[in-house]
Amino acid sequence: MKIKVTVNGISYERDVEPRTLLAYFLREDCGLTGTHVGCDTSSCGCCVVVMDGDKAVKACTMFAVQADGHEILTVEGLAQAGKLHPLQQAFWDQHGLQCGYCTPGMILSSYVLLKHNASPSEADIREGLAGNLCRCTGYQNIVKAVQQAAETLRQPAGAGV
Amino acid sequence: MIPAAFEYLRAHSIDETCAYLQQHGAEARVLAGGQSLIPAMRFRLARPAVIVDINPVAELNYIRPDGAVLAIGATARDVEVERAPWIADRRWSLLADVSRVVADPVVRQMGTVVGSLCHNDPAGDWPATALAGRASVVVRGKAGTRIVSIDEFLVDSFTTTVGEGEMAVAVHFPVPDDRTAGSYQKVERKVGDFATAAAAVQVSLDANGTIRHAGVALSAAGPCAVRVEEAERALAGQKPTAELIRAAADAAARRSVPQGDLRGSVEYKKHLAGVLVARGLRQALARLGVQL
Repeated sequence: MKIKVTVNGISYERDVEPRTLLAYFLREDCGLTGTHVGCDTSSCGCCVVVMDGDKAVKACTMFAVQADGHEILTVEGLAQAGKLHPLQQAFWDQHGLQCGYCTPGMILSSYVLLKHNASPSEADIREGLAGNLCRCTGYQNIVKAVQQAAETLRQPAGAGV
Repeated sequence: MIPAAFEYLRAHSIDETCAYLQQHGAEARVLAGGQSLIPAMRFRLARPAVIVDINPVAELNYIRPDGAVLAIGATARDVEVERAPWIADRRWSLLADVSRVVADPVVRQMGTVVGSLCHNDPAGDWPATALAGRASVVVRGKAGTRIVSIDEFLVDSFTTTVGEGEMAVAVHFPVPDDRTAGSYQKVERKVGDFATAAAAVQVSLDANGTIRHAGVALSAAGPCAVRVEEAERALAGQKPTAELIRAAADAAARRSVPQGDLRGSVEYKKHLAGVLVARGLRQALARLGVQL
């Protein structure tokens, strides 16, 4: 089936089998391997991407054909003109990762969390990221990173970072 | 783990969905949020030959008051309940509670209320909630539309009264009066795991503080969600007391017929069902200003 998906602002027209999962479409058909596949059973959140700007979805639990005509944001689409997105910078600054496998999903779930709640409490962040598993950090630094990014993103455009 | 091949059909209206379902019969499955169906297909527990995607059906995407009921359309997501403007009203506290504990926050952005009812997982959250809230399901088929009480709708594990060529288009929750509150109590090993046990409770009081009626239901307590009729009968017409809550909890523990597994033994889960019903009743009553 022919589908057209806008990924990180670029339109990808591909012929896919209906059973192709969005995560594999992104990795294998679009060559965007920043979307990781962890548990493969919609538990771990490594494969989270953003659909239509404000919805975090597990790309291992959605067919690519369902994304036909929609916009997807993956971790590759966050940095602009060589400058890291405030969330990426915050994960770097706060050491919000060790092995990095969960990081794309963590960052994109956080991206949607901050879209809906610009000033989340620590509890809001921990609850908001409950669908994303990290086996290295113990979450402390991930929470700090999201707090830093929230603060940066609350600054007027042009300030901060 | 890639699903078996299937034919993908995209529907744009209820009529088109029903036409596809009538054409393909038992071979076809409806895809809404997909958060249960797609994992089942990946594990090859489900191998539908035809998938009818209802996500583009605009007329199914709503949550709205409809006279005496709150109507939730087949593609309305869990997160839309969680963020609904009326959700903080205590009358809807059962729905408010459950909408925060279904699966995990990412799954809730795709998962649907009606899909959860149709999947009818023994440990699902919405079936018990619908029982306690006395919901009904709107089913559309060749012969027209029928409205089925949730008790009749939930038949057995992963089985409902939706037949071949039919689809569930909405669930209706009766709008509770303003002396009503609820509670959803769930114990899970970690976020996103199936419930070890869960209880859904909704209580309506008379002006004089007597319980007018109560809805009490359990999840992960048998082949599918169960209504604890003995507890509901015991509560109705009584003044709420600690003894009454204990009697309802004991009835729930007796009614629970869980399976022993890694999450706990039969004995533990039966005990837990009673504890969760007691906690739920206390919280619902506290929301109505009655501290016990």
